[in-house]
Amino acid sequence: MFAYTLTRLVYLALVLAVMSVLIFLVTQAMPGDVASMIAGQFASKEVVDAIAVKLGLDQPLIVQYGHWAAGILRGDLGRSLVLEQPIGPILMEALARSLVLAVVALFVVAVVGIGLGVLAAVRRGKLTDQLVSGVSYLGIAVPDFFWAIVLVLVFGSYMKLLPTGGYAPIADGFLPWASHLVLPVITLVLMLLARIARLTRSSMIDVLQTNYVKFARAKGMPESVVILRHALKNALLPTITVLAIDFGLILGGVVVIETIFSYPGMGRLLLFAIQRHDLPLIQATILIVSAAYCLANLTADLLYAFVNPKIRHGMRAS
Amino acid sequence: MTDATPARAPVQSVPRRHLPSLPVSLLVGIVLLAPLVVAAVAGSWIAPYPYDEMNIMSRLQPPGVEFWFGTDEFGRDVFSRTLVGTGSSLVMGVAATALSLLAGVPLGLIAGYKGGRTGEAIMRAMDVLMSFPPILLGILVLAVTPPAQWKAIVAIGIVYVPQVVRLTRAITLELMQEEFITAARLRGESAAYILFHEILPNIWPPLVVEASLRVVFAILLGASLSFIGMGAQPPSSDWGLMISEARPFVEQAPWIALCPGFALATAVIGINLLGDGLRALLDPRNTGAH
Repeated sequence: MFAYTLTRLVYLALVLAVMSVLIFLVTQAMPGDVASMIAGQFASKEVVDAIAVKLGLDQPLIVQYGHWAAGILRGDLGRSLVLEQPIGPILMEALARSLVLAVVALFVVAVVGIGLGVLAAVRRGKLTDQLVSGVSYLGIAVPDFFWAIVLVLVFGSYMKLLPTGGYAPIADGFLPWASHLVLPVITLVLMLLARIARLTRSSMIDVLQTNYVKFARAKGMPESVVILRHALKNALLPTITVLAIDFGLILGGVVVIETIFSYPGMGRLLLFAIQRHDLPLIQATILIVSAAYCLANLTADLLYAFVNPKIRHGMRAS
Repeated sequence: MTDATPARAPVQSVPRRHLPSLPVSLLVGIVLLAPLVVAAVAGSWIAPYPYDEMNIMSRLQPPGVEFWFGTDEFGRDVFSRTLVGTGSSLVMGVAATALSLLAGVPLGLIAGYKGGRTGEAIMRAMDVLMSFPPILLGILVLAVTPPAQWKAIVAIGIVYVPQVVRLTRAITLELMQEEFITAARLRGESAAYILFHEILPNIWPPLVVEASLRVVFAILLGASLSFIGMGAQPPSSDWGLMISEARPFVEQAPWIALCPGFALATAVIGINLLGDGLRALLDPRNTGAH
């Protein structure tokens, strides 16, 4: 297990290094010259050149990449051109807000999704089962931004129950803070619920047919104990993995959700950076979000290896 | 949750449940998709109004006899726009999927057949691509130059190449164990012959199923990219773009967003059902549980 983890971590570092090169190269190919953007529209050529020299933009690409990568390894993400501030603090703040969104959404998806999945498995083939798969199907049939608009319309505009966008720091009190999270979280949950519910349902159905469940029933255990204690524990194996993957998906997918709800997280920061051609900010945001995504996926794999006794006890993984 | 269950026999045979559902999902899928395909092909002829005809006198009209699904902020007929937008929205998903197959299948074949260093290099490159969150990879590809729909198609195609490569490679590896491949090798057939005449025809069924489900993701990703301004551009009536443009007016005129939204849902549900049906049809062993 230790060797496996170590290998995967080294591999992750390699992948991240290659990703950083890709991100750097692609963003360098973007139109718009950073130096003339800083200098402004009416600056003379000398001024532009001087800024380019000062920023090291006259040096070969590989040297520039070296500077950038070395900075990141030191924890220095560079300076935003548009905001004229160091990127680190801005980005960390946005990341923290996105993480809050992701964690809350993941928690709700886990509880509701697993609950619905178990319910559907136990009532397999009955109305409840079909209702659950129908409802969870709806979530994936329509893109998340459409659900967001419907939710805004219903809860924000008509019922005036919840704010339709924005963010309140938790310093303003719990209720304002939480009320701004409700609609984005529901949107994310709708997007992910179907997969978790269907997966839990199918693995639960498999487990319910195993011998040890039959044995537990034969012993005369109450059905609730059989389902919740014996079956669920094993049925959750694949679900846990998918939940960890979903966490990465949420992090990557917040771009759209945050835009709709004007939620000041990573996604909105990235779109802002792209619209304003803020190169260093684009690079840093994409790199950090991708790194978080990779980490979530790695966690999924490690968790699976850890929970799965076959791999844990030294059998070869896949 | 437990009241009705204890008396029931716990084990049911799996095949009995899935075989009857086979034609139904396929049929419903086709029924849902048929009008969309017609709209995609002939949308601009059927549409009661030209999709970009502005009419300042009838801005933000609610659905009615004259405008079935109302009008938008420029007085354009929402129904006509949705109809004409079908092509744009579906083509984006289908073209991107085709592109990912076009690039992914050969790569997967090579990775599976040759293995070794070439195969390893291909798979590691795919790992890097898969390490980006899908929409971010799309944005990264698109952010370089001014947005256009064909660029979005290429970007989505790139996003889904790794999955195609992985699947193709896995099937190829499996097929390589089969006797007819060994026979072909012993006959002294060339690698190209074996790849294209022996392996390729056998990997289509699972690839078709995969692709039909992949189209759904591609359509949704395309709509998302259009929604954030990186896909189809105005005055196109791509559904994602329409919903995006409808946002400021969603309180006054929700129909502008709802009409393309329902169209999108119909397409997604239809293709999903079609894919499920195809899967059951092409691979009877699959229980379709996942």
